[in-house]
Amino acid sequence: MNSISIKELDLKYQDAHVLKQLNLDIKKGEFLVLLGSSGCGKSTLLNCIAGLLDISAGQIWINDRNVTWEEPKDRGIGMVFQSYALYPQMTVEKNLSFGLKVKGMAKDEIRERVDRAAKILQIEPLLDRKPSELSGGQRQRVAIGRALVRDVDVFLFDEPLSNLDAKLRADLRVEIKRLHQQLKNTMVYVTHDQVEALTLADRIAIMKDGEIQQLSSPADIYHKPCNLFVAQFIGSPSMNLLEGRIVGENFVYHDYRVNLMGYEFINQGDHDTSAYLGIRPEHLAIEARDGYVKLASVSIDIIEPMGDETIVWFDFMNRKWSVKVHGDHQLKWDEEVDIYLDPKKAHLFSKQSEVRL
Amino acid sequence: MEQIQLTGPHGPKPKKTTVSRLGVYAFLFSAAVFFCIPLYVMLITSLKGMPEIRLGELFSLPGDPSFAAWVKAWGEACSGVECNGIQTGFWNSVKITIPSVAISIILGSINGYALSFWRFKGSNLLFGLLLFGAFVPFQVVIFPLIIFLREVGLYGSLTGIILIHTIFGMPIMTLLFRNYFSSLPDELFKAARVDGANFWQIFFQIMMPLSIPVTVVAVILQTTGIWNDYLLGLIFAGRENLPMTVQLNNIVATTFGVREYNVNMAATILTALVPLAIYLLSGKYFVRGIAAGAVKG
Repeated sequence: MNSISIKELDLKYQDAHVLKQLNLDIKKGEFLVLLGSSGCGKSTLLNCIAGLLDISAGQIWINDRNVTWEEPKDRGIGMVFQSYALYPQMTVEKNLSFGLKVKGMAKDEIRERVDRAAKILQIEPLLDRKPSELSGGQRQRVAIGRALVRDVDVFLFDEPLSNLDAKLRADLRVEIKRLHQQLKNTMVYVTHDQVEALTLADRIAIMKDGEIQQLSSPADIYHKPCNLFVAQFIGSPSMNLLEGRIVGENFVYHDYRVNLMGYEFINQGDHDTSAYLGIRPEHLAIEARDGYVKLASVSIDIIEPMGDETIVWFDFMNRKWSVKVHGDHQLKWDEEVDIYLDPKKAHLFSKQSEVRL
Repeated sequence: MEQIQLTGPHGPKPKKTTVSRLGVYAFLFSAAVFFCIPLYVMLITSLKGMPEIRLGELFSLPGDPSFAAWVKAWGEACSGVECNGIQTGFWNSVKITIPSVAISIILGSINGYALSFWRFKGSNLLFGLLLFGAFVPFQVVIFPLIIFLREVGLYGSLTGIILIHTIFGMPIMTLLFRNYFSSLPDELFKAARVDGANFWQIFFQIMMPLSIPVTVVAVILQTTGIWNDYLLGLIFAGRENLPMTVQLNNIVATTFGVREYNVNMAATILTALVPLAIYLLSGKYFVRGIAAGAVKG
């Protein structure tokens, strides 16, 4: 059963086409992350689901009910915003109960729901404080609580952790995941942070220019990106790229060739074609390994030690390439190293259409 | 622990009085004196008796200070044939100012709220028209307004002058509140909508409590503006409701009998007392009000 169903959704402003014939089905209890860089339409899509923006065409269904023309409050959603959007003049308790009071709910019931939400989020000692007396993490918890008391099936998160510092972000990320496992309701989560997306999502929808590029599990997105954009967007540092041609079983660039034994083509067909070869930094090595083929000898440009691992940058075919090596390696700037590549982990994209081959 | 001796510049940078700084202070001081002189002359003159004034020593302190002129200005000074002092005008001004300020602020804040959060069709056009209204010199619309008020039977009445002040206050009040509400995060409004609050609930329960600072500014702007108004009061208020400014003019401009400078000065100070008190009491808010009202020209 689908919790949210978006059909042929279109959103246009005067001259900008923000969302283009978008279709998306979100299953009940699913954690779906909308991922993309700023301006890709991900927040806009979330606002459309919430009913905070009027759409130009299409339909939105929530819990098998057509809510396209309904007010936000009638859609059965709770929303958490990036800036927390707590009512500054009200205490935490009033913030949590405001929506219920507006609805005209009985006092006892309000009390009960607020207490329950406060308990789940461990903000009970803060109930009498004003938002200005809370830390960023506490504020965001209250904001989540405000969605929680509404007792709805669908939670919408609009970059909820982007205003927090790195440590807190990691903590709250885990808490959101725990909350989802506990409540088992549908969550739609907008972010530009790929780590958040990969760690939280059941499925990720990667968006660009108002269109969903790929909708798959985090593992699929990472290991089988459907096109060049997704491949480049996910992963840090970005996937290394090489321009060349596919000739039979080989990827050919200049006078060199890489044997593609073990690569799973999804688009058989014209194999004598211009293409990009992509390879993630962790699928390169600086020593010979089983199944790896030698790519080139290069000199090290920059070394970035990160503790457990080290990122080594070098110039290759007029592009900046990087390789992740174990943190124990003792490397020096300008040192010559051999680069090996795992062809099974390589990605091939058509140069013309940029889709995966 | 051993003390380490630091050589060269260390610690806070020493403050130096430069020539240019002295120049700035000298200029500011003389400007302040320049603007205070009229006030000083008015005050001491109002405390003098007529024989002392006739000596023509404008700046000398009164030999025998007395508030007789103030009492006369308040209760006995003549404007035309009536000799009730300026108190009638004072109470008229109070009756005009309080409702005008209240109504124009309430309407202006609702306008500003609707224009900044509820982007309905044509809201930008409406705002543009209101802004245009702020720049129209009101001399242009006075005659049509007189006819309009006469037709609806409000010309020369208290309700009429309050209506006029409300209308003329609308553009600047709307602009003030719209700009303030636009500075509030949009997400606050969205959160309230998801919470299910309607137009009025969001306004009264969320936006109004947040707009106290700008409301103070609005009160200052409107009170001083309406209290100091002369032309509109003269034209629209009618004989019974002439504001203090008009009456002051009548007292000061009377050509009959002796010119009582001390009474005139006292009446003028009394008239200026309300805006003066607001200037002095409101402090920082007043500066903000000037900045916000700068567009009014």
